[in-house]
Amino acid sequence: MTRPREPLVTGELPALEQAEILRYSRHLILPEFGLEGQRRLKAASVLLVGAGGLGSPLGLYLAAAGVGRLGLVDFDAVDFTNLQRQVIHGTRDVGRSKLASARDRIADLNPHVAIEGYETRFTARNALEIARDYDLIVDGTDNFPTRYLVNDTCVLLGKPNVYGSIFRFEGQASVLATPDGPCYRCLFREPPPAGLVPSCAEGGVLGVLPGLIGMIQATEAIKLLTGIGETLVGRLLLVDALSMKFRTLKLARDPLCPACGTRELRELIDYEQFCGIGEPAEDHANGVGELTPIELAARMEAGDDFDLIDVREPNEWEIAHLEGARLVPMGTLDQVLTSLNRAREVVLYCRSGARSGKAAARLYAAGFQRVWNLTGGILRWSDDVDPSVPKY
Amino acid sequence: MPVTLTLPAVLSKLADGSREIASAGQTVGEVINDIARRYPRLSPRLKDEQGAPYPFITIYLNDEDIRLKGGFAAAVRDGDELTVVPAIAGG
Repeated sequence: MTRPREPLVTGELPALEQAEILRYSRHLILPEFGLEGQRRLKAASVLLVGAGGLGSPLGLYLAAAGVGRLGLVDFDAVDFTNLQRQVIHGTRDVGRSKLASARDRIADLNPHVAIEGYETRFTARNALEIARDYDLIVDGTDNFPTRYLVNDTCVLLGKPNVYGSIFRFEGQASVLATPDGPCYRCLFREPPPAGLVPSCAEGGVLGVLPGLIGMIQATEAIKLLTGIGETLVGRLLLVDALSMKFRTLKLARDPLCPACGTRELRELIDYEQFCGIGEPAEDHANGVGELTPIELAARMEAGDDFDLIDVREPNEWEIAHLEGARLVPMGTLDQVLTSLNRAREVVLYCRSGARSGKAAARLYAAGFQRVWNLTGGILRWSDDVDPSVPKY
Repeated sequence: MPVTLTLPAVLSKLADGSREIASAGQTVGEVINDIARRYPRLSPRLKDEQGAPYPFITIYLNDEDIRLKGGFAAAVRDGDELTVVPAIAGG
């Protein structure tokens, strides 16, 4: 059972201006929250790593609630595919940096919040320096290397990691790396091999899901800062949007955890390498060639003889596919291998070229001699060859 | 009453769409092996080639991590629930 804890924000608390008293009146009349809770929020600082799906509702609600200083880390630009869930950005922001877009929206929502932007990748080189000045860190990242980086940064600095992650229709949330609780490595000692778990860009995500999970993270952050309620320290919340089931499981500290248990992890590491990412040039050495959309179009035009394989899922195939292609979703590749002719030349494609690159390596390993991956996938095909093919 | 294994939606397609699978056995490992035999495509997501649990997929016995109860050797009783929680990273 998690007991109420001391607020993270202590010491001298700033006074509220009259305009703030009016703005936060619905907080102030909550007996458990009151003027003191609001002053704690005003004194608080939260670092949000990622201004995407989770970061959008987090940024909006933490700012609206009156967190005094919000740090935002993001290096990306807003694109149309973000808008289905990244509600901090608008249609007119497409093409702008996410940081600039989020900053404008937050400034409009609550001018009493100080925003600090870091338009950079969160890396082992800058993480400790950036995170040092904040009371807690909220993990709104979208990949394994950065999740382990956020966790280790929090453990090394002794700051809570308000964790949330999502995939398709399901999400997870917890509060990690507190002095008495487990960390992300206690939950998942090691990352899955690169490519085993698809990203949201590859696997999709229900647009409301980051809203649900981001709200849970925002709630936990506010509780930690003000010391109210019982947090998710020592518990993992699982959310299944399809069945609308919420479950909490016990999350215990692992005495053998290299970060928070044995503490053998004394500094940040190379997280790309830890997650098995970062040897992209190897494909050529493996006998897989890269073919650009313009080169493929020229070969199609010339009537060259080869098999064109689409390794995406049927619902993606329905959105758009290349003429003459055969659909072989990644999950069925191994079964279908036997029906393909190893002597023939094969060109594989997917949405961006990532999945088909992996499929191409598997074909080569299975004995196919002439395997090509379509560079940039259907997205680049749309850019370079046929703009009538929709991007998604 | 058998032991029930609950899968996340993302793995259920490897088990013919089942989210909950009934099984039986004396230990978590026996239940996992039985289910792996019945759903060969799911098998490599539940245990590695040596038959051990993965460090990136946490299995819960009722509401506790099996690693704290002896891993695959943890004893199960009728009515117990196993839950598979894979690492996900989307945000």
